[in-house]
This record gives sequence, C-alpha cells and structure tokens, in this order.
Amino acid sequence: MTHRRPFAPAALFAVALAFAGPLLAQEAPDALVKRVSQETIDLIRSDPKLQAGDPARVQEVIESRLLPHFDFSRMTQLAMGRNWRAASPEQQKRLTDEFRTLLVRTYSNALTQYRDETIQLRPFRPEAGAADVTVRTEVVRQGRPPVQIDYGMTRTQNGWKAYDVIVGGVSLVTNYRDEFNEQVKAGGVDGLIRTLADKNRTGAK
Amino acid sequence: MTLRPLAWAALAAALLSGCATTTGSRDDPLEPFNRAMYAIHEPIDRDVVQPIARAWLELPAALRQPVTNFFGNIDDLFSGVNGVLQGKTEKAAHDFGRVMTNSLYGLGGLIDVASGAGIPKGEEDFGQTFGVWGIPHGPYLFVPVFGPTTVRDGTGVIIRAYTTPVGYLEDVSARNTLWGVGLLDLRAQALETQSIVQQAALDPYTFVRRAYLQRRAYLTYDGRPPTPKEDDE
Repeated sequence: MTHRRPFAPAALFAVALAFAGPLLAQEAPDALVKRVSQETIDLIRSDPKLQAGDPARVQEVIESRLLPHFDFSRMTQLAMGRNWRAASPEQQKRLTDEFRTLLVRTYSNALTQYRDETIQLRPFRPEAGAADVTVRTEVVRQGRPPVQIDYGMTRTQNGWKAYDVIVGGVSLVTNYRDEFNEQVKAGGVDGLIRTLADKNRTGAK
Repeated sequence: MTLRPLAWAALAAALLSGCATTTGSRDDPLEPFNRAMYAIHEPIDRDVVQPIARAWLELPAALRQPVTNFFGNIDDLFSGVNGVLQGKTEKAAHDFGRVMTNSLYGLGGLIDVASGAGIPKGEEDFGQTFGVWGIPHGPYLFVPVFGPTTVRDGTGVIIRAYTTPVGYLEDVSARNTLWGVGLLDLRAQALETQSIVQQAALDPYTFVRRAYLQRRAYLTYDGRPPTPKEDDE
C-alpha cells in the first residue's frame, strides 16, 4: 500500500486538472465580465502610467487583458450585415483588422477616464445551455447617473467572447451597421476599407 | 441659447422641406435637409458652444453640481408626470418622492438627497410617453445647437419648454439666465461622449443619428426595446 501513496496526490491533481481545464475555459459569461472589468479598473487605479494615458502602456493592457475576450470577426460580420457576403475572404480579413484597430483606438481614449467606477452585474437569467447571451452590467459613478453597459456574448471553444457592447442601449454593432452600409453604398467594400484605414491613420497622430 | 424659437423654426422648416424630399433612410427621410442643418451646427458647436462648455467644466464641481441637481429635480417632476401618463405608477411614485425629498430637504433641489437615499430616477419624458401610446417617432431631425431629435421627441421638448416651472419666473433676465445655465450644464455633460464619437465615427452625422434613435428606443421601452429587423432598405 505504502508504495502507492506518492501517486495518490499526483493522480488527484491530474483529475482536478482534467476537470478544471474546461471549467476555467468556460467561466460563466457574467463572472467573466465582472472579473475582467474589475481587474481592469483595479489596474488603472494602481498604475500611474495608465492614469496619465501613456499610449504604449494603455495599448499593452488592452491587447493583453481585454482583446482575448472579444470576437472581432463576428463583430465585423454583424456590423457588415448582408454586405459581409459581398466581401472576399481577403477583404473580410482586412475589414476585421481595420475595425479592430479603430475600436482599440477608441477604447484607449475612453479607458483612461475610468477610475472611481464600480461594476455591478444586473439580473441575468440565460436559458440553460444557451450559446448566446447578453450580460447586463451597471457602471456606478460618484455624483453621476449610472450607465448600463451590456455585452452580447457567444460561447466558443476558448471560452465566452463578446461580439457587441451596448452602452446605455446603444449597440456598437448596430451603430456601425449604418456607417458601414453607407460607406459600402458609396464606394463598395474597398471604399469602406479605405475609409477605415484613413480613419485609423489620422487617429494615430 | 434660447431653445424655443430655434426649435420651432427648425420644426417648421423640416416639415416644409419634408414635402419635397424623398431621399435618405427610412428613419431619416429629411436627410439632405438635416445634413445641411448639421453643417450649420458643426462650426457653431465647435467654435462657440464647446469652448463655453469646457470653460463651464473648469468651474469647481461644488458650483456645478447644484445646477445639475436643480435641473435634475425638474426632470424628475416631468418624469413623474410622464410615468403617470404611461401608467407606470411605481416609477411615478419614486419620481414624485424624489421631487418632494429634494425640494424639501435638498434646498429646493440644489442637493440630490434622494439619490443618496437610493430612490431611482424614472427618466421618463413626453417623447417616451407618445411612444408608449403608439405614436411613431416620425422623421429624424437635426436642430443646430440643440442637436438630434425626432418630430415626436421634439414635440415633447416643446411641450416641456412651455410648461416647465422655470418658465413661470416673472423676472425675464433671471429666467433666461437659468435657461442658459441649465442648457450649458447639459451640454458640458455631453462633451465626454462627444469626444468618443469623434474618435469612433466614420461619419459623425450617421453615427449620432443611429445612437440617438437607439438610445430613445431603449428609454421608451425601459431598457427592453424590441429587436430591430435587419435594416437593408
């Protein structure tokens, strides 16, 4: 019996890992939103560089902490609506890349304005086994009305990913659908790609 | 900064030009006219209104917060009235409770005691009431200096402008000052959002229009708007 003892903890550990792997990957969407939001706010609060809006540091935090939880391909596809099918795979890739850059840039500017906020989850009752949910949160700020921020999320093999952000009822995807549609009408898919690329270049200054 | 003549003029002009215009999207049949209004608005807003609004934000919060609260108190009064008109009695009770609390214990509304006590704001208005009654929002309108609205919401704003307690002030200059400061404070609060729009939008006109219409639908349906159909025109 004694010779088997050392193996028992190792076996238990292996079993635990086998269970924890998928469990960690499939952290519930509301728990994921809460955790990532809170960690980001805590990080800003403790990092003077972020508070000062140091672009490199802000970019780094967004890339490492937030982007892994977004599905930009789905986001771009939804914003394109029926125009998505009119785009070639190569155009689709460029669109996704440029759209991603635009959103990151926009978010970089907004991010450093956060500080005293706290995130609360609003009631959330997804259907059992749903692969697409809306996580509802409320951002509470001192002396100002709370802002509702909701996340449209989809289940993937790598955990839940956000494909839409809805601020006070304004869905990012819906808003861009009008913009994209207008650009495609005026200059085709290539026209839209050009507009996005130009916007990203001027925003970089 | 007076709202009434401007709003009326724009509304009249919009309705007149509406007879002739057919282009634009379903929500914005007056798009060419609205874009012309936007072109008038943009430089006035950038060169006159925004600098004033930014200067206002330089004042200490201790001075600005009572202004925000004072007009918030009037908002709550109208929200209560509209809650009743929509049959939302619980919301209305909260709003009237807020008005009483803040007027009595918050120095006539200068201090928002009710929020501290956790009484929620209803955020109802006439435009939402019309929506709940089944009146469609009608053509989208862009009014220079005032900003985005619709025929339905604009009508609500005009009704409110004619019934607000501020309008009952006898002293004209005091009344106008109060109007001005209230609008300025509102405008200043929107500066942050505006800078994000500038960063995010490919075409700020389109971006603001969709954001406005989404926000209004969200408010009208109390945070549960019906899912819009894929709008391919």
